[in-house]
Amino acid sequence: MGKRRLIGVAMLAALAVTGVALLVTGTDHKISAGPAVTRRLTAEQYRNIVQDVFGADIDLGGRFEPDMRVDGLLAVGASQVSITAAGMEQYDAMGRAVAAQVVDQNHRDMLVPCKPASPAASDEKCAREFLSKVGRLLYRRPLTDKQLLAYVTAASEATRITGDFYRGLSLSLAGMLSSPSFLFVEQIVEPDPEHQGGFRLDDYSVASQLSFFLWNSAPDSMLLSAAAEGELHTRRGLERQVERMMASPRLEQGVRAFFVDQLRFDEFEVLAKDAALFPKFSAQAAADAREQTIKTVLDVVLTRNADYREIFTTRKTFLTPELGAIYQVPIYQDGPNGAPDQWQPYEFPDDDPRGGILTQVAFTALHSPAGRGSPTIRGKAVREIALCQTVPPPPADVSFTEFENNTAHGAATARERLAAHATVPSCAGCHKIIDPIGFALENFDGAGEFRTTENGSPIDASGEVDGIHYEDAGGLGQAIYNNPAAVSCVVDRMSARALGRTPMKEEREWLRTLKAEFEKSGHRLPALMREIALSDALYRVGQPKASPVTRLPPTEAIVTVELLSGASS
Amino acid sequence: MSKALNRRTVLRGMLGGTAVSVALPFLDCFLNSNGTALAATGNELPVVFGSWFQNLGFNPGRWKPATVGANYQNNAEMKVLDPFRERINVISGTKYFLDGRPLETHVSGVQIATMGSLPLGGSSDPSLDTTIADVIGSRTRFKSIEIALSGGRQSLSRRKGGAINPSEPSPAALYTRLFGPEFKDPNSAEFTPDPQVMARRSVLSAISEERKEVMKRVGASDRARLDEYFTSLRQIEQQLEMELRKPAPMAACSIPEKIEQADPGRNVAAVERNNRLFAELLAHAIACGQTRVFNMNFGTQGLRTPGGVRDWHSLTHEEPIDPKLGYQKDVTWFIEFATGTFAKFLTILDSYKEGPGSVLDRTLVLWQTDHGYARTHTMDDLPILTVGSANGRLKTGLHVVATGDPSTRVGLTVQQVMGVPINSWGRLSNETSKPLTDIIA
Repeated sequence: MGKRRLIGVAMLAALAVTGVALLVTGTDHKISAGPAVTRRLTAEQYRNIVQDVFGADIDLGGRFEPDMRVDGLLAVGASQVSITAAGMEQYDAMGRAVAAQVVDQNHRDMLVPCKPASPAASDEKCAREFLSKVGRLLYRRPLTDKQLLAYVTAASEATRITGDFYRGLSLSLAGMLSSPSFLFVEQIVEPDPEHQGGFRLDDYSVASQLSFFLWNSAPDSMLLSAAAEGELHTRRGLERQVERMMASPRLEQGVRAFFVDQLRFDEFEVLAKDAALFPKFSAQAAADAREQTIKTVLDVVLTRNADYREIFTTRKTFLTPELGAIYQVPIYQDGPNGAPDQWQPYEFPDDDPRGGILTQVAFTALHSPAGRGSPTIRGKAVREIALCQTVPPPPADVSFTEFENNTAHGAATARERLAAHATVPSCAGCHKIIDPIGFALENFDGAGEFRTTENGSPIDASGEVDGIHYEDAGGLGQAIYNNPAAVSCVVDRMSARALGRTPMKEEREWLRTLKAEFEKSGHRLPALMREIALSDALYRVGQPKASPVTRLPPTEAIVTVELLSGASS
Repeated sequence: MSKALNRRTVLRGMLGGTAVSVALPFLDCFLNSNGTALAATGNELPVVFGSWFQNLGFNPGRWKPATVGANYQNNAEMKVLDPFRERINVISGTKYFLDGRPLETHVSGVQIATMGSLPLGGSSDPSLDTTIADVIGSRTRFKSIEIALSGGRQSLSRRKGGAINPSEPSPAALYTRLFGPEFKDPNSAEFTPDPQVMARRSVLSAISEERKEVMKRVGASDRARLDEYFTSLRQIEQQLEMELRKPAPMAACSIPEKIEQADPGRNVAAVERNNRLFAELLAHAIACGQTRVFNMNFGTQGLRTPGGVRDWHSLTHEEPIDPKLGYQKDVTWFIEFATGTFAKFLTILDSYKEGPGSVLDRTLVLWQTDHGYARTHTMDDLPILTVGSANGRLKTGLHVVATGDPSTRVGLTVQQVMGVPINSWGRLSNETSKPLTDIIA
């Protein structure tokens, strides 16, 4: 132990020196940029790319390797995950399934731009034409001659073995879909001519940075052409592309991805409720509830381009018959010209307890255990998701005796059961900042259905957040709307998503500017996204890392950082 | 491997025309020459490693045997394991050390148990099943099989740097993965290499050739992640290479009945059924030489009886201690259910016979948990079990007391007997270079 600490201190000194050196170069050139990141495609990005490149009717069977959430976002975790053998097996199978469809009888005429001389023999010219066209979109930059040659050769070889041109082509394409240049979004860095000694993303990396941020998908052909022309490194060229991308219907894909990530809706995949306790909460109802909240948010931030904070208060939403049963409002399917439409716009009346996404079924059900509700879990989720605040884990040696006694002595409501938290000092600190938020949502049971009593006792939904008291869920929504943390939260997370990493200390000034502009725009989300997309900070890169030989071995370096944080606290 | 004979050239020639059937000796020269035992040669069958992770511990005073050493008697909560007592080692008294880090309940213990350390920053050590799989799992079609028994996809198997081997929650999907169209029966007389597989392998080797370029481009921190990717890609290539060879006959291999549908579930009935299905599948997969490493994550956190308002985990904190019994009654019901499920799992592995022995005979299962006593999140006096001797590499039937020692002593022992070349394992106070010599044969 002692010896380790000593090593740690030595390393600390070494790190400090490096740190200073970096800082000096940094300020010298007025560059305070973070590192380049390599992101693994998320499941959603993989789907979007396949759909954008090959069309919506290509079916993606199978499952993806699980994504990892870091600092609140899968988009940040994507820069830290790799691919395991079992995961590779899944990518490989999926790539083959996609490729087989691309060249099948139904698609080949549309997707393969040429016909082979013979369907049973290799045709390098045709293979080359197809693979270079598709390769540019999948690799998000033109293939090098060497890469193209490798894929064309692979296609010929596979054609020779299987005796089928299209099968050979599809196997080569499947290979491309399993390759590192497709599965990982690399950032390639070049010296920045505008900041001597500084670095920036190269043209094609700028294109990917933009399109994964705004569209959650790969650049389209037009964006790649702009990159090829060097337009993305000029202010005017960048603006032109950003305007075009903001006007594209794919923007919705990007905004949707942000909210699915930020609201942790990926967790719906494992959400299950007890059918005996919550018979209305079917798999369909769960899927609809998730979509309802996303639709509500998109309506606020895109369709109406309203104040972002309205997502916490809006009474306007969309419902299906399944959801109507849970919300206790009749939903009829009608649409234009009598065409039935699953989704119907609905506005809760002013005196209804529902208002804002925190009161919707998706939020209240997702942040509840399978068999009941939980003010603590919901309160923590509001802090973490709506305000980007961290709630520390409970003390491990906590005694539950008080709690157990309360339960044993017939406490009917969660408020009564959780009263124990207030009496135990080690619990009170955290619970007083989370439980009162959750109490406001106690009118919604474990599956999000409205109730006025729990175990026969009336529910008191009053509570408090950061000094603002309220009487019910509506009051909570209004308090979050007015909470300044809700604004910095969305600014921070949106920029983290764009960068693929958590912004660094040195980038705080940039975040402050973004926040000020966002406020000036009346909290319009598209304005914020445009501002981020046009920021230099998104395309500048810090000093490339020293070669591995001169770097500290990773674990020791991390031990150092840990000791450092221990020492300062 | 012979230098003069390039495998690719041979296979190319072989598949130049139509598919041909080849006898085993022809390709024998391509088999790994490190002497790994094969059933066909009459040598002993290779060892298998399995992990079983069951959260939420036991009740104090109700699991530990009263006596030390051989001939111990099982205590109440382990009674159900009586049929296997002679093949089980109980290790008591060990601890998880936090070294001043905050205790993340139900997380820290899992990390130390599986990785020997708490992850620091973005970096984490590999879990011990992966270091074992690197040694014993590279000659089988699947390096390892991960299973999430009670729904979800949580997996505790992770490679260095945090790449997580995804778990399979569905027995039907696992059936297809193991015994679907790509399965080659090791005992079928004829063998026809599949040209499609051959073509896939040649395409994948084109991608591996990108390795050097990619490694040059990316920064140091990403290099490790891409290295992991290329290792995984290599694993797929090896899988394909294996599918192109006539598999060595496995006398006891039989193909299980197809599993059409079995939904993953979080209630006890689904867990009970899926445990049976998974155990059968694993037994067949091991007997058919498809894998030698498996990880069962019991994933108890959300387990409920149907209609039960509170899950097992909530109960550990909220259920009052029954004054007559002296322990939490419903919690204990779940503990006994889980341990009974484990016993059933062992029974199924043991009833799959391979010659004179059973699949369980050549398997070593490591049973671990996150807390000694979940109600108060204790990190000491942990129950740890090993089951099976792994072809006689471990002594069994012993209760070993290692009071105050790091739990990692067990992980170190298990890795060493599986052939992982390490002298110590774990970090900081969880580091140990002392294997449990009492149980090493």
